[in-house]
Amino acid sequence: MLDPQSELSVTLWRGAEDGAYQTYQVPIRENQTILDVVSWVQRNLDPTLSYRFACRVGMCGSCAMTVNGRPRWTCRTHVSKVANDGRLEIGPLENLPIIKDLAADMRSFFEKWQQAKGVFTPSRTRDDTIEAIKPDTPARVAVDEAIECINCGVCYAACDTVRWNPDYLGPAALNRAWSLVNDVRDAGNVERLEAIAADGGCHACHSHQSCEQFCPQTLNPTASISGLKRRATQAYLQGEIKP
Amino acid sequence: MNVRLYLWQRLTAVLMLPLILIHLAVIFYATSKGLKAADILARTRGSIAWASFYGVFVTAAAIHSVIGIRNILIEWSSLSKRGAGLLAIGLGITLLILGVRAVAAVVLP
Repeated sequence: MLDPQSELSVTLWRGAEDGAYQTYQVPIRENQTILDVVSWVQRNLDPTLSYRFACRVGMCGSCAMTVNGRPRWTCRTHVSKVANDGRLEIGPLENLPIIKDLAADMRSFFEKWQQAKGVFTPSRTRDDTIEAIKPDTPARVAVDEAIECINCGVCYAACDTVRWNPDYLGPAALNRAWSLVNDVRDAGNVERLEAIAADGGCHACHSHQSCEQFCPQTLNPTASISGLKRRATQAYLQGEIKP
Repeated sequence: MNVRLYLWQRLTAVLMLPLILIHLAVIFYATSKGLKAADILARTRGSIAWASFYGVFVTAAAIHSVIGIRNILIEWSSLSKRGAGLLAIGLGITLLILGVRAVAAVVLP
């Protein structure tokens, strides 16, 4: 019997795609996070439980899972804020294949960063002087607003367009592309704009804004994608890109 | 959706916005004045202005809708991207034929 004063009823996804939810009783602790709950099950009830975490302080982006139907960073999500009558349902991130239990396969997420040309392309060599960047220019302000992404995959799991269109690059990769498009030191914008103006690129976004709603870093990838749509359309009209 | 389709869909939307408003105004005018079919045909038959207005309208509507339908088919059906594109083009051509036929019926003398 569950004692709602001292115990949580925690339902965890077990197995791969053909797995099922399994319920565990976990003692309530003060200031308990979702990651604490998962770790407690793994250390006290079932050591075969697979899940991913590293820093435990909201920096590494490893521990994102689906908690009561919503994608969240589990190390910074308090049980008291999300438990529903002492009940938690925790699964792997959506829109990604399941490896096992709570660990999703992040490969397609990171491959799309590569497809969106999310790698910095230097315009100078180490022999050149360091370029001075003024923090208050509009381009740098745009970069600063987009740059704090921790690659947790929460936006990707929350995105309807990712769910419906497997070719869609997703909010995180496009947000990264936007931060590089505005980086005056970067020299790879023609290839980048061509990549994000193709099918499955920024123009596939429906602006549902789930990415903005769930981003644990309170970034706004939808705004970044809107910026990319404008920039790519301008570049196309001016003949700079041929997607 | 790529930038080319995005641009065509936005351009046709911008084009259709005033056309829709004029179309609605014409409907309100015709009904409020109690015009009969013969009165309307008397105004539209042989009119290059009405032929151009509705010719542009149905062409823009066919292009605009076909891009949206392709998108919906890609996202909500099990068709491949190529299959969705072909089906959408087929629907677009059908829409265009129906539209041009309707315009021809009221403007040809």
